[in-house]
Amino acid sequence: MTSVPDIYRILPEFILTLTGVAVMLIDSSLPPSWSRRYLGFLAAIGTTIALWASILQLEFPQGTGFFQTVETSAFTVFFHVLICGLVLVALLLAIDTLPPHTHHQGEFYALIVFGAVGMCLLTSAVELLLVFIALEISSISTYILAAYRKQTGRSPEAAIKYFLLGSFATAFLLYGIALVFGATGTTQIYEIAHLAPTAQNHTLVIAALALMLVGILFKVSAVPFHVWTPDVYEGAPSPVVALMSTAPKIAAFALLLRVVYEMFPDLRSLWAPLLWIVAVLSMTVGNLAALRQQNVKRMLAYSAIAHAGYLLAAFAGIGEVGIAAAAFYAAAYAAMNVGIFAIITLVAGYDEQLSLIDDFRGLVYRSPLLGCLLIFFLISLIGIPFTGGFFGKFYAFTAAVGGGAIALAIIGLLNSGLAAGYYLRLALVAAQRPLADQPVPRKPEVGVAVGAALLLAVIATLVLGIIPGATLDAAQSAAHTLQAPPAATTSPTSAASPQAAPLQSPQ
Amino acid sequence: MSLLNHAIPLNWYLLLSAVLFSLGVIGFLIKRNLITVFMSIELMLNAVNLTFVTFAYQWNAVKGQIFVFFVMMVAAAEAAVGLAIIIAVFRARGTLAVDRINLMKL
Repeated sequence: MTSVPDIYRILPEFILTLTGVAVMLIDSSLPPSWSRRYLGFLAAIGTTIALWASILQLEFPQGTGFFQTVETSAFTVFFHVLICGLVLVALLLAIDTLPPHTHHQGEFYALIVFGAVGMCLLTSAVELLLVFIALEISSISTYILAAYRKQTGRSPEAAIKYFLLGSFATAFLLYGIALVFGATGTTQIYEIAHLAPTAQNHTLVIAALALMLVGILFKVSAVPFHVWTPDVYEGAPSPVVALMSTAPKIAAFALLLRVVYEMFPDLRSLWAPLLWIVAVLSMTVGNLAALRQQNVKRMLAYSAIAHAGYLLAAFAGIGEVGIAAAAFYAAAYAAMNVGIFAIITLVAGYDEQLSLIDDFRGLVYRSPLLGCLLIFFLISLIGIPFTGGFFGKFYAFTAAVGGGAIALAIIGLLNSGLAAGYYLRLALVAAQRPLADQPVPRKPEVGVAVGAALLLAVIATLVLGIIPGATLDAAQSAAHTLQAPPAATTSPTSAASPQAAPLQSPQ
Repeated sequence: MSLLNHAIPLNWYLLLSAVLFSLGVIGFLIKRNLITVFMSIELMLNAVNLTFVTFAYQWNAVKGQIFVFFVMMVAAAEAAVGLAIIIAVFRARGTLAVDRINLMKL
């Protein structure tokens, strides 16, 4: 039914898998005394090729491959580029900040790349079986990465909390998938979208939606499913937090967009109010809790919860407007968040001895470059114009107002003011002169790889804030393809035709 | 029409799996040992498997049964990683009691 070979539909994932396998094989064949640093560069090169392959996918006709399990469309390409970019930044960050004596350093890079395979696949899967497997590929990799500093007590503690709550959430998602299979007799997303409105047992469909939402909201750490986030971000190694506070979350948001807008568009009257409540709770609880944190990583964990709330506000927008706003916000959030975690990694060090807010005092004098970049990313997180954060919030709240959720937009704006409180506190502390009796911490070193990572994050944040047009166009075409899946336009054999639906009635 | 269909109505299997799933959730929430908490998650996954098999029988669709194989495979991979993390926790802290894994306050 499609004119391109199936392999092109998973080209970025394929390249990433090859890269990961290559890194692991080379790692085990090198003599133990050799530096593993160059394996990081190999992984970064593979990720760059995967990023290029994702853009290349735009040239192919939109459609599905492998028996309608993976889709290529503007939507999947948008999120692939975003995820590959984030993984690239995280890899560059890890190359310069992992201590040379780290055990299993090659596996560290390989796990990041394997995680990226799962995240990319999660955004392009249109079959719930593949959704489940992709989610687990990305989750299992990040569970291991979170435990990487296993000599300290905090890292395994963070990993076990992440692992237990993550698996708990996956079980809910899986039960939801089982129920939707029971209601419609299929697990293909287009077919479900087609069959769910006429399903005999409508209660089953509603229960499935509820259970799947619980599972996905856990993954995006929205209130009330957020309790794991601060602990995991505090305990996990900082380069890993830069990755897992952005890439898996964005992949989960892509899944959420697919589930609510593509799979259950008819149940909007049910999921829209639910997400409204979750958005308000996430913003408010996240910001209030962030105000009283002393540890920068915990503060940013609560800030990430609040940002998940702003992103969920975009879901109040109807159809393409809402999807485009959510996708744009995801891009802006990713750029500024990965940037600020890169700086925190550099300042606090891999062993995280300097992660309290007071440790950032005088950063502008100690290291002018890092201090100014920290303030720049904080400004973007507040949402001041000429940064990505501003347009992200602008489009999200505009979409919410367009969808009739004016109260939600007002609560969001009030929350942005509240959030400025703790972002500015950190910015002011960084700009203060160091105390006379303050011990002089070691000066953070900015290597080539980290420099490239920071440059990428800064450019992305600035581009999104000054010339958002191109990204917004991409987000809008992504939204357009999600709203009109190829099932209805290109492939005659897919779900749009009733013959494809299982006609057997229950025996 | 098979024997299964006449012997026990399919709804009973669904009910059983819902009960097993709830028991898993309750176990996850109230148990105080990491291994038991982990076993509760496995119970939840197996409850889902039972649901899949029941619906696969009802729809006469082999897709649901294939799903079960994948769930079992992924659960095995997850168990390998989970037990490794539990060992790391035990080595670092010398305990598996959930209440004492509290270096960072929840």
